[in-house]
Amino acid sequence: MKNDFVRLDPVSVVLEGNRSKKAAQMQRLAQECRVDVLDVLHDKGTGHWGGASSCAELVTALYFHMMDVRPEEPQWPGRDRVIVSKGHASCMIYSVMARRGYFPREELDTFRQINSRMQGHPCMNKTPGIEMSTGALGHGISVAAGMALAARLQKRKSWTYVIVGDGCLDEGQSWEGIMTAAKFKPERLVMLVDYNKVQLDGPSAEIMPMDPLPDKFRAFNWNVAPEIYDGHSVASILQSWDWLLAQSDWPAVIIYKTVKGRGVSYMENNHKWHGPPIDDTTYATARPELLKTLSELEVAQ
Amino acid sequence: MSTALKTEAGRDALGKALLDLAGQIPELVVLDADVSSSTKTADFGRAHPDRFFNVGVAESNMIDLAAGMATCGLRPVASTFAIFLVLKGAEQIRNTVCYNNLPVVFAGGYAGLSDSYDGASHQSITDLAVMRAMPNMAVVVPGDSVEVRQALDQALRRNGPTYIRIGRNPTPVLFEGAEPFKIGKIRKLRDGKDVTLAVCGVPLFMAMEAAELLAIEKIQVDLLEVSTLKPLDVETLVASATKTGKVLTIEEHSIIGGLGGAVAEALGKHAPSRMEVIGVEDRFTESGDYSALMTKYGLSVRAIREKARKLARATNP
Repeated sequence: MKNDFVRLDPVSVVLEGNRSKKAAQMQRLAQECRVDVLDVLHDKGTGHWGGASSCAELVTALYFHMMDVRPEEPQWPGRDRVIVSKGHASCMIYSVMARRGYFPREELDTFRQINSRMQGHPCMNKTPGIEMSTGALGHGISVAAGMALAARLQKRKSWTYVIVGDGCLDEGQSWEGIMTAAKFKPERLVMLVDYNKVQLDGPSAEIMPMDPLPDKFRAFNWNVAPEIYDGHSVASILQSWDWLLAQSDWPAVIIYKTVKGRGVSYMENNHKWHGPPIDDTTYATARPELLKTLSELEVAQ
Repeated sequence: MSTALKTEAGRDALGKALLDLAGQIPELVVLDADVSSSTKTADFGRAHPDRFFNVGVAESNMIDLAAGMATCGLRPVASTFAIFLVLKGAEQIRNTVCYNNLPVVFAGGYAGLSDSYDGASHQSITDLAVMRAMPNMAVVVPGDSVEVRQALDQALRRNGPTYIRIGRNPTPVLFEGAEPFKIGKIRKLRDGKDVTLAVCGVPLFMAMEAAELLAIEKIQVDLLEVSTLKPLDVETLVASATKTGKVLTIEEHSIIGGLGGAVAEALGKHAPSRMEVIGVEDRFTESGDYSALMTKYGLSVRAIREKARKLARATNP
């Protein structure tokens, strides 16, 4: 089956209306990006579904609501920055960034192919708007802390976000970065945990238990959001940022409960869908599920 | 080491150079991993506490912190013992700094055998091999403290990562008042037709002495200080090898992958020559007095002289 991924409106999106209307639009947009990702992964026969799907709403809301960025001037020094430490979510990042206007959406069609700007894992020197090349896990917190400290020295008010996943937090370096950030307390450094509790080889509880995560962060002297938010509800994500915007104690961390493989029933919470190719049979059942949710979101809107 | 000459440790030169450059380069920031009183970056930290980041014993983290800062236009110098910087930080150096060609300066202290009493765990004799294999990385091995200062100054003005190898102990000051060295250029110290001596780092003063003694025996040495292993000044190297046909490399490093490797790769392609490599054989070293260690592991005026003599007298096929 040939993919249909240019079937959706290929426009860069401008959101309108009040907060709840915008939230509904972002909710729909995130689902569209899920469809993009499934289409691309199926068409190219390579890429990671599980972890990409799990951060759709978070990444969409960051780029369309929270971050002060200029897609037409990606190197604008005053911009906010996001480091996607779980670089295997690349296809989702590209899909959201394309809709935000960083590059043409058609370019997703070159994902993981030779001579492409859409590398398998994000590459800052190839893709406009990517702030740091990632892929090897465990780097993001240190890098983000460095950027936030630079903002302090340069007297910029930029925000620095780092998105981490379960596997990322297995890495010892993540905790080195966590300690370093707690020592220097760079302003507006925010860790967003895509806490889907599943990693490549199985449930995190089996592979490397991470709970109690909020207690760990508190013990490491981070300012921890008072609740765990629903990472698949844009409204809930926006609420978490209401908390964030009221903070003055840095660094801060927000944990989002998410579902690895979100959107396709038999892929959800199943580590086997971390990164296998989406074959024709899978695609034929998975895509209608995503589209059904999408049409429900349209009706709701 | 030699008592005839004034001596200064590379690390002391680094400490002073950072202080000197702080005013000239406002973007300069320094990171260290809990060894700043040893590497001498602590002086910079005292003078510029807001621009100094001691991250504790966390080398990988330090390198990524520096990378993040570099993306924002700062000019970070990441400093710790060479062995931990290069090996604990290898993946960060490769995937974060070199992949993105970020202008981070790596100051690898206590390099070679210079952390002599601490033993094999602290002696860095594989750093040049590892760093040379990293795309975008410039690999610089200053021959004395004067070159350490110049290397730092030039590295901070480059558009990409630079590794500067720095020793712990006082070694002879060779280039005070001399023409400044240039990253990427071989410094020619003697003109001779019989054998090329290509040397980097601390053993340079030994090679200079050996060359003088060889001259008495009527063996004329073409003496090259190869302070930059990468990018290698192939032109100067090839010109010398073409003239002498015999090349002896000398380095305070494993015989695998360092200066000897770099020279062999270049000459194999451009000017195949009879070649010998002086360095630490493929083995672990031990604790001891620096000078005694250097001698035991093959780095002495005598060893250089003997190998050079043998090479000079050999008949090329």
